[in-house]
Amino acid sequence: MDALKQELKENIIEQLNLEDVSVDEIGDNDPLFGDGLGLDSIDALELIVMLDKDYGIKLTDPKEGKAIFESVEVMANYIAANRTK
Amino acid sequence: MSKGVAITGMGIISAIGNNVSENYTALINEAKGISRISKIDTIHKDAIMVGEIDFTNNELAGLLNLPANNNYSRTAMLGAIAAKEAVKNAGITKISKYKTGLISSTSVGGMDMTEKYYYEYLEDTRKQKYIESHHAGDATQKIAEQLGIKQSLVTTISTACSSAANAIMLGARLIKSGELDRVIVGGKDCLSKFTINGFKTLMILSDTYNTPFDENRKGLNLGEAAAYLVLESDKVVQAENKKVLGYVKGYGNANDAYHQTASSENGDGATLAMQQALKVANLQPSQIDYVNAHGTATANNDLSEGRALLRVFENNVPDFSSTKAYTGHTLAAAGAIEAVYSIFAIQNNVVFPNLNFKTQMKEFAITPQTDFKYKPVNTVLSNSLGFGGNCSTLIFSKNQ
Amino acid sequence: MKKVYINSVASIAAQKTFDNTTFLEDVTHYTETVLPLIDPNYKEFIPPAAARRMAKGIKMGVVASRLALHEANLENVEAIITGTGMGCVRDSEKFVSAIIDNNEQYLTPTSFIQSTHNTVGGQIALGLNCKGYNFTYVHSSTSFESALLDAKLMLACDEAKTVLVGGVDELGDHTVKIHRLIKHIKQVPVNSAQLLESKTEGAVFAEGANFFVLANELQKTSYAEVVAVKTYNTTTSTVTQVVEQFIADNNLLINDVDAVVLGCNGDVTYDLPYDELQNQLFANIPQLYYKHLCGEFNTASSFGFWLGARVLKEQRVPVAVQLNAQTKKEYKNILLYNQYRGKDHSLTLLRKC
Repeated sequence: MDALKQELKENIIEQLNLEDVSVDEIGDNDPLFGDGLGLDSIDALELIVMLDKDYGIKLTDPKEGKAIFESVEVMANYIAANRTK
Repeated sequence: MSKGVAITGMGIISAIGNNVSENYTALINEAKGISRISKIDTIHKDAIMVGEIDFTNNELAGLLNLPANNNYSRTAMLGAIAAKEAVKNAGITKISKYKTGLISSTSVGGMDMTEKYYYEYLEDTRKQKYIESHHAGDATQKIAEQLGIKQSLVTTISTACSSAANAIMLGARLIKSGELDRVIVGGKDCLSKFTINGFKTLMILSDTYNTPFDENRKGLNLGEAAAYLVLESDKVVQAENKKVLGYVKGYGNANDAYHQTASSENGDGATLAMQQALKVANLQPSQIDYVNAHGTATANNDLSEGRALLRVFENNVPDFSSTKAYTGHTLAAAGAIEAVYSIFAIQNNVVFPNLNFKTQMKEFAITPQTDFKYKPVNTVLSNSLGFGGNCSTLIFSKNQ
Repeated sequence: MKKVYINSVASIAAQKTFDNTTFLEDVTHYTETVLPLIDPNYKEFIPPAAARRMAKGIKMGVVASRLALHEANLENVEAIITGTGMGCVRDSEKFVSAIIDNNEQYLTPTSFIQSTHNTVGGQIALGLNCKGYNFTYVHSSTSFESALLDAKLMLACDEAKTVLVGGVDELGDHTVKIHRLIKHIKQVPVNSAQLLESKTEGAVFAEGANFFVLANELQKTSYAEVVAVKTYNTTTSTVTQVVEQFIADNNLLINDVDAVVLGCNGDVTYDLPYDELQNQLFANIPQLYYKHLCGEFNTASSFGFWLGARVLKEQRVPVAVQLNAQTKKEYKNILLYNQYRGKDHSLTLLRKC
């Protein structure tokens, strides 16, 4: 699980071009949206593609993303339970 | 200076008809132009529906008598067909008789050819003729050539989905200020993989018929179209004893300054645009007979626009409908398509139905017009709202 | 009708022009077919959260607009009008190639959103929270002049008091590659000091952003008055006749023009109208040129506008832009002429204020 979380943090930084953020700065339970990392609805769409491409999880409604992308911890749990690759 | 901005001609090609009369007939017959895509080979073909124009590129080139070595994009051909119809419809025989300009909008430009030959350009010299057709101004230049507009003000506007409304707005301002006596205004956009995939990534494409202002709306259908209006000054109308179809009475453009693609929750930009247009038209909200809404059928647009309507009209929102259930969302052509439909409403005293509506939205109590309604229509307000927070409103009137 | 003034200027170009305390004293000469940009420090102006999605053109536009507002001592404007011939080509290229390379799968929205032509105008509005009028013109070499014409109309009619107007274009690798193939870009590098002697086809491409605050009230610090701007999709008469008519329409005589700023780019096929003005109508007045410094792009004429405005304010012509040996004691009226590949011509008349 820790490896997955580490991987997620690296991918989030790369995919969302968060040049000024390092892996250590993202806590497992930090909120990704709003006050935490400050991600927005476009980032949510980027993360939906990441779920599909890297873990074979397809979301059809962007609203589903809201709960899944709450934090790295929540994301990792969701991926571990639903991944197809 | 011209007090009035008269509309003396119109031309249109869309998924519901290849000219003005076919479009009107389809509207009256509730004939939707939405179908599965046939002309673009996309992996999303079973997942989306579109408003496609029947003609192939070869057929369009034939209609325009283009030589085999032409480098017209589909956007340029659609635009040329609609613009020529508008000029003919206005009874113009000598275009250079008055100071005549062309303001045309597009968002995709020549992208349809670029995406087809992107890598082939590097190797196949026969395909390289389309490299110059990519930029957004190219189709406008070609339309000017088709219409015989020379040494004149010719320009292109691209502000996403409000583009054509903005072209009409600029044209009206140029007539009013006396810069031009006559101007052909409108927009054109063809379907492309670029826009299909782009809107797909935003997850706002419906897999079935779009349902504007419906609680269970699933997103938009993309469409392709072109439409143009001929605007003329009082001077030209008098001198030529022109039949006037209607007037561009008001206009407004404002920016939501909220988000790159989404509209603000309360429709700030749309509210400002409508208020500005009413001010220019010197009309009270109660004097608007029909609102042709932007109504794309995305969750975000219809909520935001509905709230803006409530802010502007308070509890007396006039009859309103979105005609995108007929045509799909035709992006940079939408404002011009809906300008033509607004003139139809004025000419025929009819409010067009908002097709496919079933369930009332929860967030507010306003309901679109779902059947034909015949009543005196003297003024129509038309909204076009786009990416980059770009919000535009036009007001058309029967009398000056 | 109100008079229209240029109240501030900002330029990001292949020269170090973002600093208005210097005026082309120290120019960089290149021997290239595509010029690099001399960048300001974008990070000083754009917060990282906003910058992470911005391609070069958006950064240039946003920063040039900030510089222009700053110089005009304004927090905001009533309207933002942008010209861009090619729009955000880097994001367009990124999205098209992703569609093809990945067969329409796993595409992400950012480059699509950013590829929209009005991204720069929209981003400026978003950054300033400017809810006013926001238009983007995308008409080849008259993109900037169309924006200018709109701004002038708006200010003259007093529909706004302050308008931000600018031209911005960026380069993309694929776009450069294919324009080189069709020889719109020169095949052989040329030293920028000898650009007009190259006698070869094509231009030297570049990118840049030039933004201005225009207003209908004169300030002590104003640069110049924008007297007239006119665009022509084609010319049916000679350029001399077009210019003569334009000057007459503005109630001037040819002799009233104190200097001419020409958009010649060293393309042997298409520089002829410039040569005509240079050798005949304006042979005896100072002639200025600039595309050897900023390169060619659809909104390069906004650099010419920047140049004209600065000459009128400072009443001197930098050596680097002098095309002939003529000088004047006073520069009152400056005429700008530009066209690209024989199409989309523009004439702009600026006056000392």
